Amino acid sequence: MATIGILIETEDGIVKDTNFGVLTAARGQGDGTIIALMMDGPADSAKDVLGKYGAHRVVQVSIDGADRGASPDLKARALAAAIEKYSLDALLGLASAQGRDIFARLAAFMDLPLASDCMAVDLAAKTVKKSHFSGKTFATIKMSGSVMLCAMRPNAIDAVEAPADATVETFPASVQDPGLVKVVEVNKEAADKVDLTEAGVIVTGGRPIASADNYNILSECARLLGGTIGASRAAVDAGFAPHAMQVGQTGKTVSPRLYIGCGLSGSVQHFAGMKTSKVIVAINTDKDAPIFEKCDYGIVGDLFEVVPVLTEVLKEKL
Amino acid sequence: MQIYVCVKHVPDTAANIKIVGENGFDDAGCKFIANPYDEYAVEQAVQLVEKNGGEVIVVTVGKAAAAATIRAAMAMGAHRGILVTVESQFLDSRTTAQALKAAIEQDGKPDIIFTGKGAVDSEGFQTMYRLAQAMGLPVVNEINRLALGDGKATVGHEIGGGAREVLEVSLPCVLGTTKGLNEPRYPKFPDIMKAKKKEIKTLAIADLGVSVDGARSELVKLEKVPERTGAKMLGGDVRQAVEALVKILKEEEKVI
Ligand SMILES: Cc1cc2nc3c(=O)[nH]c(=O)nc-3n(C[C@H](O)[C@H](O)[C@@H](O)COP(=O)(O)OP(=O)(O)OC[C@H]3O[C@@H](n4cnc5c(N)ncnc54)[C@H](O)[C@@H]3O)c2cc1C
Ligand SMILES: Cc1cc2nc3c(=O)[nH]c(=O)nc-3n(C[C@H](O)[C@H](O)[C@H](O)COP(=O)(O)OP(=O)(O)OC[C@H]3O[C@@H](n4cnc5c(N)ncnc54)[C@H](O)[C@@H]3O)c2cc1C
Repeated sequence: MATIGILIETEDGIVKDTNFGVLTAARGQGDGTIIALMMDGPADSAKDVLGKYGAHRVVQVSIDGADRGASPDLKARALAAAIEKYSLDALLGLASAQGRDIFARLAAFMDLPLASDCMAVDLAAKTVKKSHFSGKTFATIKMSGSVMLCAMRPNAIDAVEAPADATVETFPASVQDPGLVKVVEVNKEAADKVDLTEAGVIVTGGRPIASADNYNILSECARLLGGTIGASRAAVDAGFAPHAMQVGQTGKTVSPRLYIGCGLSGSVQHFAGMKTSKVIVAINTDKDAPIFEKCDYGIVGDLFEVVPVLTEVLKEKL
Repeated sequence: MQIYVCVKHVPDTAANIKIVGENGFDDAGCKFIANPYDEYAVEQAVQLVEKNGGEVIVVTVGKAAAAATIRAAMAMGAHRGILVTVESQFLDSRTTAQALKAAIEQDGKPDIIFTGKGAVDSEGFQTMYRLAQAMGLPVVNEINRLALGDGKATVGHEIGGGAREVLEVSLPCVLGTTKGLNEPRYPKFPDIMKAKKKEIKTLAIADLGVSVDGARSELVKLEKVPERTGAKMLGGDVRQAVEALVKILKEEEKVI
């Protein structure tokens, strides 16, 4: 029976919803033991919600003498110590900006195979499925090595509850910082509440949005759906949105359950970043726009008319 | 400054990928380009050398055809190139990092090694970390700000949701670049002509003492991502179309 570790990510001390899909993926691997590892955020208050998705043990990993702003190398070494302490067969987590970084540091440090941005895992077969060629193909990768490291694409796997009674314990890792990378400053001021790569719903505005202010029309709609807003490169290049909002091959890769594209032509490069979304809706004035060939539902219309009506209807019906 | 830039030769992102057999693709029938993220790395290296003097050396691991990507980087201002040749279409990140390390160490002493933030073909997002670990150097990926001074690099990157982090590393170091760091230049015709005369050193991976048998990950299958076959169009006036949409999203798709 496998022992599977999950690196849990928190936001302001709260377990992010995207972790639950990762726990669900771990449960799909036969009846092994699932150990949730928490590097930040309190394990005590996370115990119930992690147990609800099948975690058996919740471990608070602490580093002697280090705080939350510890260097990324130090965190990776603490995780390595946890892998050894609990004899993990695999460590799963999220391919968020921070997840990708810590998993890659860990893989390099322990000289283990890593698959980043996986869509599916099969621990028995030691394979993962992931995007390849900018989202045009899926690749199945076979990994050899004592421990499999998999950073999963957020929202790639639907979360399903399976309550277990989780226990809480602490693991003080005694590790040394190699002293190579120093964190000087973390600036959260500009941060939105919902991160684009982890949002469950995204409403995106393309070139015809025409100004930064007009994104407010989309924001209101996105907020009602508990989601956030995105932009095409054409809109970013025109200065209507920051690059942090760009979805696509040279922007973010996202996989929300609902993607609403407003005024997007449907370029290959944009789709490289969002085609694995569960449901894609397009709003476009041109009935022959290529996007209607590659989405699930379409409305022919002006985004400046359709989106406000959508917001209104959502207010009534949600 | 002696700056090495790792540039991968990748299929054009707009190219149609034809899968051959279980795990190969038709690379002869496909246009290749320099990995787009690596262009930020080349541009940054060239700008630093324009300012501080020194040399920019491009290092590529790939088939013989990858020389075209080195030429493209040279047209942007890189001075020399090293091509480590391999026979296979796919090489794992661990082996790639070992080949890059051996090629760089054999050539000179880096002040900075730049890479892109990730390769758009195999999307491994890890080669720079493995390279840095093997060389005992600090690494930061996805940087979009860089300031040098006092033997140190101060770099900035995004850590999700628009939050930013500033980190400090001492030189030499490995830095993975992304959009926002600079605007890669568009080479002019004379630069392209000049690039043709620059030196490319070609080495087989075995000559560097790197074995391709140490791979820990292997591509076993490639398949096309299933394409959607066309939207269900929702007609009527705006209100009717929107109401139909909300009903479907709620009751059938259950996504809201
Ligand atoms: C679908 C797929 C998934 C894979 N997943 C894994 C995996 O999980 N673990 C693993 O160990 N290997 C994996 N590999 C193999 C490996 O990722 C690549 O084949 C290997 O060439 C390195 O590329 P990368 O995508 O990892 O590069 P990345 O790590 O994404 O590239 C980062 C940067 O490194 C530099 N770089 C990368 N390759 C070269 C090169 N050949 N020449 C010069 N510079 C280069 C570039 O600057 C690039 O921007 C995978 C291969 C495939 C086909
Ligand atoms: C190497 C490379 C990388 C790239 N990376 C990315 C990337 O990461 N992300 C990305 O998005 N793009 C990327 N692109 C650019 C991409 O090719 C397209 O140019 C871009 O996505 C187009 O943006 P758009 O759909 O917003 O604009 P357009 O292509 O201009 O489409 C606008 C659409 O809106 C419709 N429209 C007009 N007015 C309205 C209205 N009032 N209401 C509703 N619909 C309206 C039009 O009919 C049209 O279909 C990349 C390109 C290259 C070459």
